[in-house]
Amino acid sequence: MARYLLRRLLQALFVLWAAFTLSYAILFVLPGDPVDIKLGGIESTATPAEIAAVRDKYGIGEPLPVQYAKALRNAVQGDFGHSVQSGADVRTTITDALPETLKLTGFALLLAVVFGGGIALLATYARNRAIRRLLLSIPAVGISMPAFWVGLVLIQVVSFQWRALPALGNDGFDSLVLPGITMALPAGAFIAQVLAKSMTTALAAPYVDTARAKGAGRARIHLRHALRNASLPTLTVVGVLAGNLLTESVVVETVFSRAGLGRVTAFAVDRQDIPVVQGVVVLSALVFVVVSLALDLLYPVLDPRVTTARAAAA
Amino acid sequence: MPALRRTRLPAFSSLLTALALAASGCSGADPATGAGASADAGPPRTGGTLTFALAVDPTCVDPQQYGLNASLNIGRQLVDSLTDQDPATGEIKPWLAQSWEVDPTATAFTFHLRPGVTFSDGGPVDAAAVKANLDGIAALGAKASIGSGYLAGYKASTVVDPTTVRVEFKAPSAQFLQATSTVSLGLVSPATFAKTPEERCLGALVGSGPFVFGSYKQNQSVEITRRAGYAWGSSLWKKQGEAYLDKVVYKIVPESGVRAGALESGQVDAISDVQPQDEPRFAAGYTVLTRPNPGFVFSLHPNVTRPGLDDEHVRQAIQKAVNRPELTTTVLSTKYKAATSVLASVTPGYTDLGAALAYDPEGAKRILDAAGWLPGGDGIRAKDGRKLSLDVVFAPAFNASQTVLELLQQQLKKVGVDLRLRKLTAGEQNTVQTSGDFDFSYYNLTRSDPDVLRVVFSTKGLNRGRLPLGPQDTALDQQAQLVDPAARAAQVAEAQRQLVDHGYTIPLFELAQVHGFAAKVQGVTLDASSRLNFHDAWLKG
Repeated sequence: MARYLLRRLLQALFVLWAAFTLSYAILFVLPGDPVDIKLGGIESTATPAEIAAVRDKYGIGEPLPVQYAKALRNAVQGDFGHSVQSGADVRTTITDALPETLKLTGFALLLAVVFGGGIALLATYARNRAIRRLLLSIPAVGISMPAFWVGLVLIQVVSFQWRALPALGNDGFDSLVLPGITMALPAGAFIAQVLAKSMTTALAAPYVDTARAKGAGRARIHLRHALRNASLPTLTVVGVLAGNLLTESVVVETVFSRAGLGRVTAFAVDRQDIPVVQGVVVLSALVFVVVSLALDLLYPVLDPRVTTARAAAA
Repeated sequence: MPALRRTRLPAFSSLLTALALAASGCSGADPATGAGASADAGPPRTGGTLTFALAVDPTCVDPQQYGLNASLNIGRQLVDSLTDQDPATGEIKPWLAQSWEVDPTATAFTFHLRPGVTFSDGGPVDAAAVKANLDGIAALGAKASIGSGYLAGYKASTVVDPTTVRVEFKAPSAQFLQATSTVSLGLVSPATFAKTPEERCLGALVGSGPFVFGSYKQNQSVEITRRAGYAWGSSLWKKQGEAYLDKVVYKIVPESGVRAGALESGQVDAISDVQPQDEPRFAAGYTVLTRPNPGFVFSLHPNVTRPGLDDEHVRQAIQKAVNRPELTTTVLSTKYKAATSVLASVTPGYTDLGAALAYDPEGAKRILDAAGWLPGGDGIRAKDGRKLSLDVVFAPAFNASQTVLELLQQQLKKVGVDLRLRKLTAGEQNTVQTSGDFDFSYYNLTRSDPDVLRVVFSTKGLNRGRLPLGPQDTALDQQAQLVDPAARAAQVAEAQRQLVDHGYTIPLFELAQVHGFAAKVQGVTLDASSRLNFHDAWLKG
């Protein structure tokens, strides 16, 4: 177990390093640089000498390997420097924005699991073929609707016409509902599809017949036997979704005028604000690494047939 | 949807206009009167919070550093300026300076300050504070993205006595007087200069303005509150003393449709950047406050060293091939004016060159035919085997830019000129402009002083168009040295004529600020630089 954890930790570090380096390289080859964008915009009257002075201050004028080495050394110590645009510490920028995004993604994930899982269970539990078909067709619709559009429709109807919920801002639970639903829709649909498929497979397995022969009720077979086995692929999906929701927050936070990590990211990418982008990229990589590690450790708890030792030996 | 708008609107237009006028006075027609200046609104009321939706995050709330509209519309409420500029006449009027003298060579400016003015930290707004500000802005250099340009050639400030300060330049700088009226040279307390520029951006900022900075949450909101005891407003404001509003809360709402809906559903009281397609929604029951941005209009700025554009005939033909009124009526709205000069019509020193910029496609074809640019099989003209295919670099800072350029593309095609659109990010556009690898660049520059033309076109400046020395240069140099408004205006007029006649720029349209307000919001004004001012604003009960 200890060897397994060590190996996973080394893998995680590699992933973080790769994410940092790759994003650094991509941002470097893009034409233009953040100082140009901030000071040398088309309306600026700053002279090239003045711009060069500022560029030196941010170390952007230095040779690439030197810049990279410095940035990496600081990043290892958790210091991503300051935003070129706002001048704020990248750590503060991210830690200020992160709680709002966690609230949103957490709420969305909860909705997605409850409703996505619910639909899958209802669909596989239903005896009526028509109801079953109807329930199983919902996820396909959910997945095919872009978040941008769903968000605008919800805003238009619920907020502007019914005036039931706010369309913008970060003011309490009310302002969380519409963006939460917008985000939960494709995620929930995905969960429903995967769970319904695994449930169908599980319900066709021989052990279900055994359980039935022993006299277990339909509900018990569904929830105790089949769901437990069917939940593993779904859990993997939830893990991936948790990471994807961070990406989705870029669109949803913009549509719903919410502050958060998505807005920080969108703005930083737009202005090539390298320090901020790097901070966000490394944070996202960290989230993916932690979630997948947590899932790997959770599998054997749910299903004794999966062992980390075997995974480590493989 | 512009076609839809045009067919629908005439049916109701007279009724809507009547309603709008009755409800809110001459909405937007005269910027000096401001939003909802009607008599039946009753006497102004003190108190209340105005919620205003901004289209973009201000990023930096320090008006000395940042030039973004959103930043300036916040900063304008926090800081006062030495002078103010009358939006109707362009005249410079007293504010913190009660009077001033300019020496005949436009190199020395002496300001006599109003006594008893304080910053919100209690410090005096005296000659030493003015000196600290001008020295400080000069020291910020490129970080003061607009202000440092206004202080180009700044030599020193001298404290003559506590209420008299003398500002000197190394070279004539007639534009400086107008610059003192801008928010970019607005005054902050000397203590503010002890903070880092980054801290100031995030709100470590103390001014003497009618509002005091409260809080800034990135991508979310900015709050400012009324300054108690404020008693030194601009001579152009209607109300003397403190502002009416207790508080202004700016919310950042990037989606234009959401902004419009938020105003309609009462979630905010006012919104910035009403898009042309949303304007009809506010035709009645709202006040739409609008004013063209003064300065250099949105233009095609040719790189005259490029093949094709090095031929003056080509530039002159393109000048005639642009149907400017069609640009504004089709893809923009009535709030935007077709360009009638290089300068927007509200800029001091503007000269009407509408006749020279009239739409004349046949004239354009004749010029091109005579110059040997003849249509090929695909309708695109060519000469000596070189096709008249030109690119334009643009960054989508203004939303409708792409549609404007697409329509322009069709207009030029009719006379046999191929225009290729190269959409870039702001950073890329700058890199490309510096390298010179472009035919046209497309942008505008806001400034309520004709000196903006010197910044854009002087061969001694950035000279993005790679212009040769010429009469336009002489006129631009001259206007920078002349203190007498009439003499200066004559040089500015000459410069505008030269630039248009030689096709050194192809003016297109005047950008406009378009803000929407709920009917209860009264008295908001746009200053000479078309920035919002909330001092006289109040909420109807």
